[in-house]
Amino acid sequence: MPVFCWTALAANMLIVAAFPVLTATFAMLLLDRYLGMHFFTNEAGGNQMMYANLFWAWGHPEVYILVLPAFGVFSEVAATFSGKGLFSYRSMVWATLGICILSFMVWLHHFFTMGAGADVNSVFGIMSSIIAVPTGAKVFNWLFTVFRGRIVFTTPILFLIGFMITFVLGGLTGVLLAVPPVDFVLHNSAFLVAHFHHVIIGGVVFGALAGINYWFPKAFGFTLDEGWGKASFWCWLIGFYLAFMPLYVLGLMGMTRRLQHISDPSWQPLLLVAEAGAIVIFLGILCQIVQLYVSIRTRESRRDLTGDPWNARTLEWATSSPPPAYNFAVLPSVETIDAFWEMKRKGLAAAEPAYQAIEMPRNSPIGIVIAFFAFFVGFSLIWQIWWIAILGLLAIAITILVFGWSEDREREIPASQIARMERARLGLGRPA
Amino acid sequence: MTIATVDFVPTELARGRGGGGPAPTRTVVAYGFWIFLLSDFVLFSGLFAAYAVLSDNTAGGPTGAELFNLRSVFIETMCLLFSSYACGLGALSAERRRLGHFYISAVFTFGLGAAFLCIEISEFAGMVSKGDGPSRSAFLSAFFTLVGTHGAHVTAGLIWFIYMVAQVAAKGFRPHVLRRHLCFSLFWHALDIVWVGVFTLVYLMGAR
Amino acid sequence: MQSVDRLLDDRTPGVEHEESTANVLSYTTGLGLAVLLTVASFVVAQTNLLWPPGIPVGLIVLAFAQIGVHLVFFLHLGSGPDHTNNILALAFGVLIVFLVIVGSIWIIANLNWNMMEMPH
Repeated sequence: MPVFCWTALAANMLIVAAFPVLTATFAMLLLDRYLGMHFFTNEAGGNQMMYANLFWAWGHPEVYILVLPAFGVFSEVAATFSGKGLFSYRSMVWATLGICILSFMVWLHHFFTMGAGADVNSVFGIMSSIIAVPTGAKVFNWLFTVFRGRIVFTTPILFLIGFMITFVLGGLTGVLLAVPPVDFVLHNSAFLVAHFHHVIIGGVVFGALAGINYWFPKAFGFTLDEGWGKASFWCWLIGFYLAFMPLYVLGLMGMTRRLQHISDPSWQPLLLVAEAGAIVIFLGILCQIVQLYVSIRTRESRRDLTGDPWNARTLEWATSSPPPAYNFAVLPSVETIDAFWEMKRKGLAAAEPAYQAIEMPRNSPIGIVIAFFAFFVGFSLIWQIWWIAILGLLAIAITILVFGWSEDREREIPASQIARMERARLGLGRPA
Repeated sequence: MTIATVDFVPTELARGRGGGGPAPTRTVVAYGFWIFLLSDFVLFSGLFAAYAVLSDNTAGGPTGAELFNLRSVFIETMCLLFSSYACGLGALSAERRRLGHFYISAVFTFGLGAAFLCIEISEFAGMVSKGDGPSRSAFLSAFFTLVGTHGAHVTAGLIWFIYMVAQVAAKGFRPHVLRRHLCFSLFWHALDIVWVGVFTLVYLMGAR
Repeated sequence: MQSVDRLLDDRTPGVEHEESTANVLSYTTGLGLAVLLTVASFVVAQTNLLWPPGIPVGLIVLAFAQIGVHLVFFLHLGSGPDHTNNILALAFGVLIVFLVIVGSIWIIANLNWNMMEMPH
């Protein structure tokens, strides 16, 4: 599997495993508030730290849910735009799975200062340092991927370079915070705020922006404007450092997070630098909006006709842009990593295959219908309008029952239609 | 400008892991539902953790030893266990397309499950009427929530089961109906597994 | 199509195949074992047959045994190659359950110890 598929799988494993803990925690909080129970109350035996404990048992896997797909994007981008295969596929996969498991073993580092003893704090502190190791292995792999490659400087690879520098620095500050005595000074300070923005913007946001620029042509059939993309990258990069580097210093100077007013005037110059950074980031976002607008306006001249605008390595680029609903008319035979690259290298052009009908799932409105009623349930629970909440829940139950009785959840695309679509995609007739 | 074409291998010849395309729908559906059940186990683990942490916080109210009637817990446990057994026999009948046997095992599956619920509801009602409801103490909140969530799953399961029997009656043993019944069977057995945890950790340990 | 089905068929929990007669036996054996283990749990909890300080451990062992019986006899989860995916998923789930429960108990016990009232 391409590494992005591995990281998407790992992220989804984390979602399935971690979110039920949040569900249970929120359910207990809801019961406390609405039915007067005593899970997390001050009196009648409740334990408030149990809320913090369970919340962060979800909360730490959550940040890996956020960042693993970004890691996958960067693996694909690094390989494609250096014209080289990803360095050490196996260790990438093992590192991803290692991160997946370890992410469930560190959650106490979000509340080192809440009264646990030295033994508990040191175990979780050590585990938090250990989890940096597989991530470090991944960073080395990306570095060795681009090393001696033939780099094409597109927007996605600029974000990769920005990510490698920014995420590593942010991760380092995380390892600092993983040391409990250090965290006792810096917990809930501006230093912490700088750290998590460092890794989230450097990792998740840059990954998302790289992925958008990389896969937009595949999804929508035309490329995004490179000029505005590069401009947005530089604004994001410069803006991020201006906005958040001062916060590290401010944290060490004693500024905490969540302040209603600034009491110490010596903080002001650094805060002004941070504000300038925020404005530069805002300009970066504006560049992205302009990029989208300009690209849509000029889309005819930037149509992706081959399905492979980047001379890429993985199978999604073997389809048209956008791909047909069935993706591949016949399943490709995958023998190696970077299967598409191998196919291009060998210059394969098969004889026209015997197309078979493909079974596809039908679209269903059930998700949107349930979400519609769920909105009313949530809204009415907040304002304690009980009759709307009950009706909403009833409507959801009925929707599920109606869907549960359904027939014909699949439809078949007949072979003749597939043949027609494939011939149109490949050009009329067969290549000579 | 060459348009890359994709090499292909007929499905009967492709080998190796994943070769030949996805597994049969029944396998895929059962695996997916199994993963959902594991996530449900994680949800219960959050509630078990809260119970374990709060079980001594009785705030001057009654303890488990004072409240629990182990005889009715034993009857409940047997009801759920035999209901699981009946469900398993029902799955066999469905596979062998024996409608009559299926209905008989359905009656036992539902009846024993409903008996479990009745005992549990009367236990809860008894406690609440004496003032030992979930808002009395943290221990009772955790108890009612953990055991009650299991009971809510049983209730939802019974409603689902009626729906399943209705589908079998209306449509017969078609593949998609059998797949849905397979998911129900997995769910029903998993609930018995959770109950093993509940009666061991809550009732048996708590009654000491 | 039938032949391809058989070739690629992974066992799933709860799915039976042609060993039908064996399966009524499987369910009945499972029921018998589960009843025995349940009765044993109740006896252990309410008498002093087991050394009293060891009763919690004994109950946990019996609970795991009962869960094992359910997995093997009712859900047909075995150790064969067809079940590898299901066993791996179960192992991951069990790990998370263990971390959440044991981790929470350890952490909160530690916090409670440090929050202990001072003697007056």
